Amino acid sequence: MTTVADVVRLAKEGGDVSALVAAIPYLRFLGISADASSGELIGKMTYSDPLIGNASIPALHGGAIGALLESTAIIQALWESETTALPKIVTITVDFLRSGRPVDTFAKGVFTKQGRRIVNVGVEAWQEDRSRPIARAQVIFLVDESPGSP
Amino acid sequence: MVADFVPVASLLENVARFVPHNQALGIRFASLTDGRVTLALPYDDKLVGNPLTGVIHGGAITALLDAACGLSVYVKLGQAFQIATLDLRIDYLRPATPAKEVHGRAECFKITRSVAFVRCEAFHPLGDQGESDLVAVANGTFMLFRGRPVGARGGSP
Repeated sequence: MTTVADVVRLAKEGGDVSALVAAIPYLRFLGISADASSGELIGKMTYSDPLIGNASIPALHGGAIGALLESTAIIQALWESETTALPKIVTITVDFLRSGRPVDTFAKGVFTKQGRRIVNVGVEAWQEDRSRPIARAQVIFLVDESPGSP
Repeated sequence: MVADFVPVASLLENVARFVPHNQALGIRFASLTDGRVTLALPYDDKLVGNPLTGVIHGGAITALLDAACGLSVYVKLGQAFQIATLDLRIDYLRPATPAKEVHGRAECFKITRSVAFVRCEAFHPLGDQGESDLVAVANGTFMLFRGRPVGARGGSP
């Protein structure tokens, strides 16, 4: 049986994160994908109507934007650390900067290792214009890098 | 011109119908007690963030708490003005238990002319382990657009 660890290992070896993303049900449900072909890892949330939180504006739900930020941070953490186990989220702080319009949304994380077990990922989300972010988050994860961990 | 406000009670009871993302997640209104709004998020396979353990994704908890926080602001205001989440910080005390419903309870404890301050928590109801029932605690701030009513088609967040 293929486990998440196998998928992560394959993704790192082959440079293709799509199988990793496809292994996580919530990312499939929200239409979140990731692409590292340009050399940097970019998360993407393809627009669909169920992502809407305010139908009268209309604007994306803060929870959907938060999920993209958190997911991009998780994938960035897996990409840059030795672990093949999914990092455990400790804290996420999301700043909402602009309302999310009903279009595709992208995100990019910046990874910092804080000692052996903690990683900190700063992640920013944007839509048409990367220089105008709609949200950013600071995410702290616990990672287990012990050999043979699930 | 008299603004056409949607009654707060209607926004609470229609938390899913007015908000497509809440509906997609299966979020429903659970209770309103002493200004504290509780919403329920039923467990579902599509919410899973870790397929090895069956634990739901943090993003689903974020959506639940954002929704509960926003509604608690309406309750505190007594009227449904447009609001926008400025920031939300969530501390995860432990992973949610697979197959269990998660509730999000929020209380707006302060409003100023422009900003509302909210604290909230996610937990499993009917737990028998006291405090260990808590999954996450969170704090949020919201911007208020006074005089701009929530449209009949839907609320924020």
